[in-house]
Amino acid sequence: MLSFWDRRAEFVSLTLMAFIAACGGGGGGASGDSASGGSAEGTMAAVVDESTAATITGAVAFSGAPVEAKAIDMSEESVCADKYSMPPMTQRVVVNDNGTLRNVFIYVKEGLGDLTFPTPSEPVVLDQDGCRYHPHVFGVQVGQDITIKNSDGVLHNINSKPSENRGFNISQPVVMETTRSFRTPEIGIPLECDVHGWMQAYVSVVEHPYFAVTGEDGSFSLTPLPPGTYVIEAWHDVYGTATQEVTVGENEEAEIAFTFGDAAA
Amino acid sequence: MNKWPVFCLALSAFLVPTAGAAGQDVQAGQILYDKWCAGCHGFDGAGDGYAADYMLPRPRDFTLGIYQIRTTSNGSLPTDEDLVHVIDKGMPGTAMPGWEAKFSSSQINDVAAYIKTFSPFFEREGAPDPLEFGRQPRREGIAEGREFFEQIECFKCHGDAGRGDGPSAPTLQDDLDFPIRAADLTENWNFNGGGSVEDIYRRLRTGMDGSPMPSFSDLIDAQFMTEEQLWHVAQYVHSLSPEEGPTISDVIVARRFEGDLPASPNDSLWNQAEAFYIPMVGQIIADERWFAPSVDGLWVSAAHNDEQLALLIVWHDPSESPDPKWLEWQQSVAASMFPLLDSVGVTPLPDRLTVQFPTSIPTGRDRPYFLMGDARNPVYLWQWSSQGDVVPEATATGLGNVQPRRGESRTLASSAVWHQGEWRLQFGRSLATPDSEAELQFATGELIPIAFYAWDGSNGEQGSQRAVSSWYGIHLEQPTPPSVYLSPVIAMALTVGLGLLVVWRAQRREEG
Repeated sequence: MLSFWDRRAEFVSLTLMAFIAACGGGGGGASGDSASGGSAEGTMAAVVDESTAATITGAVAFSGAPVEAKAIDMSEESVCADKYSMPPMTQRVVVNDNGTLRNVFIYVKEGLGDLTFPTPSEPVVLDQDGCRYHPHVFGVQVGQDITIKNSDGVLHNINSKPSENRGFNISQPVVMETTRSFRTPEIGIPLECDVHGWMQAYVSVVEHPYFAVTGEDGSFSLTPLPPGTYVIEAWHDVYGTATQEVTVGENEEAEIAFTFGDAAA
Repeated sequence: MNKWPVFCLALSAFLVPTAGAAGQDVQAGQILYDKWCAGCHGFDGAGDGYAADYMLPRPRDFTLGIYQIRTTSNGSLPTDEDLVHVIDKGMPGTAMPGWEAKFSSSQINDVAAYIKTFSPFFEREGAPDPLEFGRQPRREGIAEGREFFEQIECFKCHGDAGRGDGPSAPTLQDDLDFPIRAADLTENWNFNGGGSVEDIYRRLRTGMDGSPMPSFSDLIDAQFMTEEQLWHVAQYVHSLSPEEGPTISDVIVARRFEGDLPASPNDSLWNQAEAFYIPMVGQIIADERWFAPSVDGLWVSAAHNDEQLALLIVWHDPSESPDPKWLEWQQSVAASMFPLLDSVGVTPLPDRLTVQFPTSIPTGRDRPYFLMGDARNPVYLWQWSSQGDVVPEATATGLGNVQPRRGESRTLASSAVWHQGEWRLQFGRSLATPDSEAELQFATGELIPIAFYAWDGSNGEQGSQRAVSSWYGIHLEQPTPPSVYLSPVIAMALTVGLGLLVVWRAQRREEG
């Protein structure tokens, strides 16, 4: 069942694509690998003129007292405990060696105007391995499939707890895959396993491919964006959200910085 | 002029208001809701009425549009019939009563319509489609159901014996982060959505949204198991409960044994004594009150042999307290329930059970105050703690006024075993004791008042925060006197003798 907005989005993007195709192609050609949205690369080129495209990059710094990760007691689940040589640690606050914060979801909150983007056909994979979610924080586009995989072969239930979307709570007692998606934009939907209380992941649902999750170096890059003024939001499960407004011109690259942590509050 | 169109129009005017949603009166629903539902669910439907802090599980928050008991797929809204069904029947095992006896079906329809206005999802999503559940297979497959119960790891939460004591049970939370119990599958009269095989199958298919209970429908889609096999799981779960729910009797009969009494809680001799169900409720009479008791019933068996009395008390408790694994649960309950006590949740607490008697068999109908007696009428207690940190015998003159009884003449003995979410506790004492002043002297053939208290330490229960029963009676069977067997024989002999006499005299008259 598609909502009115989904239908409209689909209609607009299809028309746009048809129009561009009829005019002999838009930006085409250069499809770099820097796009944060990942799988929507090819279709993005149809919407955004890459010859003038802009980029927003940056990093998320962590300030304040270092937060010590706790060891997770997996002794009740030997199948998972046996997958680790060192005790697995909690992932809520992970500070990188260069002082940046990992697992921050960065996305374009405002500024894309009426642009619409097709739903990527490639699913995002959420794996349950060693009684942890991989990845811990991730993004999808509205309607994009999430393939939920159980690689452990012990009972996991995937209990999503959205507020703007309808949730789900499905059981996977064996090695198997299940596919679900969300229909409404929403940031930071918790996914939890009630069987293993320490298992948590967060999925954010946006209408476009301009999102990223900070990794081992705490950096992010949103591209290829149409030149313009954007509100960029950073979300972290413990520290909440922060936003910044930034303007980028044709072929420009703008750099912004976020800071999270106790001292930043 | 053709009158048919007019007639049809007039007819349809009568038909339309009775058809489904069109017949629901939201305003009438609001009036009923505000009067009868808002106390728990809140005037804005957010599950935050003034009684909400005294309930675990909490009343439903209607603004979220998430419902446990549905006939629709996992994550979907309920149908109107689903909402009406829950209002009609209530939610067993929770504070939600059924309303079908109080309100007409059209009134309940109105309330359901009003409840839907609290969440924007009902308007956005439209009416959901109920799932096709089919019918229970004719062939019962309990053994097959048990196999799948293990394969799909129901025991992770519900425990191997189904008593809600699985390894994941201590950390379970609902969507609002309140602690939530894995259902005790051996007590189907407490199942939130009903205890029949059909009810259980539906819960397996739809999940119980807002709780940790997931849907197992994807296993059928993935061809891991068939619908029939899932029905067998439902049949197996159903088979864990007794065929009939418990009935309450006012009197516990202590069976008279010739010779030895059962020696331990697991002694097979106990099979010869009937088990009586004693319902338990939270202590809400005196401070500190307790609104979330863990123990909601005891099964009590009794036996005596003219010298000794033995009591067997069996109850379900998913934790063998004190257990550090349940400390998080203990803290979580303490943080959720009124009154909020700082002292709870620091260290794991033990489980306790106390049996209460009057100090002597009452001659009239008066009994001591049910809650630990009072200054004029003390009570006599048998106490047990899983940590052994309690004096076995005591007298009390009110809550908090307990006088332990020490000394060498004590004859009360107790032993307890915990296995897979069940405590079995045996008390034994001689019927007579030297101190007849303060200690009840048991006598056969009398109705002796008896009451019970239970604490689940892992649920943060201690002191006045406990489960209580009202007074019941215990009756020790008397030995059957020889006259019971002799009297009929004498009576028959007399009847035959008299009959013969009459016949003999009649014959003599004829002859004479």
